[in-house]
Amino acid sequence: MAVGSRQAVECWRTFRLAAWLGWQMESNWADPFLFSIYSIVKPVSHSLILVVMYLVVRGQAAGAGLFAQMFVGNAFFLYVGQILFGLTWVIIEDREFYQMFKYMYVSTPNMYWYLLGRSFAKMAIATVSVVIVLAFGKMFLRLPIHASTVDLTMVCLSMLFGMVSCVGMGIGLAGVMLIIARHGGHASEAVAGALFLLSGAVFPIDILPRFALYLAKALPTTYWLEGVRRGLLGSGMSQAMAAFSDRELMIVLAVLSLLSVILGTLTFITCEKTAKSRGLIDMHTHH
Amino acid sequence: MKTDLKWHIRVNVKAAIARAYVRVVGTNREFSWIFFDTLLPLLGTAAYVYIYRAMDAPEEYVGFVLLGGAMTAYWMNVLWNMASNFYFERQGWNLELYFIAPISRMAILAGMAIGGMFMTTIRAGSLIVLGSLLFNVSFSVSSVPLVVLTFVLTLVALYGLGMLFSSLFLMYGREAWHTSNLLQEPVYLLTGFYFPVRALGFYIAIAASIIPLTLGMDAVRQLVFSHLHFGLLPVHVEIAGLGVLGVGLLYAAGVALERMERAAKKEGRLTLRWQ
Repeated sequence: MAVGSRQAVECWRTFRLAAWLGWQMESNWADPFLFSIYSIVKPVSHSLILVVMYLVVRGQAAGAGLFAQMFVGNAFFLYVGQILFGLTWVIIEDREFYQMFKYMYVSTPNMYWYLLGRSFAKMAIATVSVVIVLAFGKMFLRLPIHASTVDLTMVCLSMLFGMVSCVGMGIGLAGVMLIIARHGGHASEAVAGALFLLSGAVFPIDILPRFALYLAKALPTTYWLEGVRRGLLGSGMSQAMAAFSDRELMIVLAVLSLLSVILGTLTFITCEKTAKSRGLIDMHTHH
Repeated sequence: MKTDLKWHIRVNVKAAIARAYVRVVGTNREFSWIFFDTLLPLLGTAAYVYIYRAMDAPEEYVGFVLLGGAMTAYWMNVLWNMASNFYFERQGWNLELYFIAPISRMAILAGMAIGGMFMTTIRAGSLIVLGSLLFNVSFSVSSVPLVVLTFVLTLVALYGLGMLFSSLFLMYGREAWHTSNLLQEPVYLLTGFYFPVRALGFYIAIAASIIPLTLGMDAVRQLVFSHLHFGLLPVHVEIAGLGVLGVGLLYAAGVALERMERAAKKEGRLTLRWQ
């Protein structure tokens, strides 16, 4: 077998087994019914916060327009939180709680595929959550998503590039986890919170201050969510994005996704070197 | 005699201080939290400010969001640095040491709470101060002593709830961990982190008042935005409710810790790792 194809087989096997392990860890703590309830309650509550906020101000929360744009952005943003958390928490969990990270590190041929595999379960759960939230919106909040008007190509391309960009950011953040203590484990939530603001997940980025608008335009998640909105609802949310045609939007998203993978990988490599040189690979921080 | 009350109090206070000391020192050794726990959460909270701005909501709602964002820090601290900490301690081989030491489990938990509050108060305070400056929020406080009293009572009740949750971790592992995870978004919703809780309807809001944050945040909001009328109950009733919750939850925590410890020992799960 050629070296290249043997490596590919090893990477695939690492990914597959890590994904299996991740799924077991995510799901086998409860019976399937309880696990289903758990998987539904969290994302629906997350969306209901937005619904109640809208209700408090506008008196009703349903239908097309700003509400639909916010709801869809909020639903798809679940991926960002789950992917970032999935990729970063593996480091803390394996290193500090199960104390297995050093063994994984020396036995896994490729750490990236192990991390991707472990986070795959979270991506799967996020997919179920997004579907549930959108179905909830469609059934109870008259979300204007109709099978006949959905631009499937736009949605699929946005999802593909969007996921790649999130994985890139997640890998970078996982690298940072290698060199910080256990209480930094919630950094992914903090980063997701910042992206929630700067990507205009639930409001048009036009109302951001000018410097933040520049940052928003440099983030792939902004283009991802805009693409998903256009694909599902037929129109985008912000004026700042309106200048981009659908094709241009996808090109920018593809370029930014590639950049985030490159930057994420470089960050991981740099942090990995630091962790090795400082002896932090099997660090335990009990405080 | 070493078994007298004075000795017990002294040794438990020393245990609480010792546990808090480790946490404060550990925090000072790792400064990344200043970025991840103060600046980034401010951006996350700011997103909710912009949601209201996009909807042309009254400016007071920005203040609601900032207070909610600040209290999020305490809720996260209760969930992850206190309630589920027995799980982490067990994984890190420390739990046995707490159980063979001649001290109350509540002293250890109180130490975790005090140590955690140091970091959390900085996070919450910086969010309020920076957020108020950034978004130009003006508060019309009707009574500073009442605000302080409400805040302290809320924290006592909240950390009592954290101690109660922690008893679950003596018996369970990942089940309890996932329960803590589940208690984020639904609690943000039910306690009205980003909106006046009355919007949920009177009976739902009253039911949600079992979580001290509901009454605490509503009372503080009524006191710092005294010109608005959105409260669930009169402030003095909410303060009395918080007092009752505080005493009740601390008592329940003491009982639950004892019972769960006994049950866990009986089933051989107290020191069982990776379950």
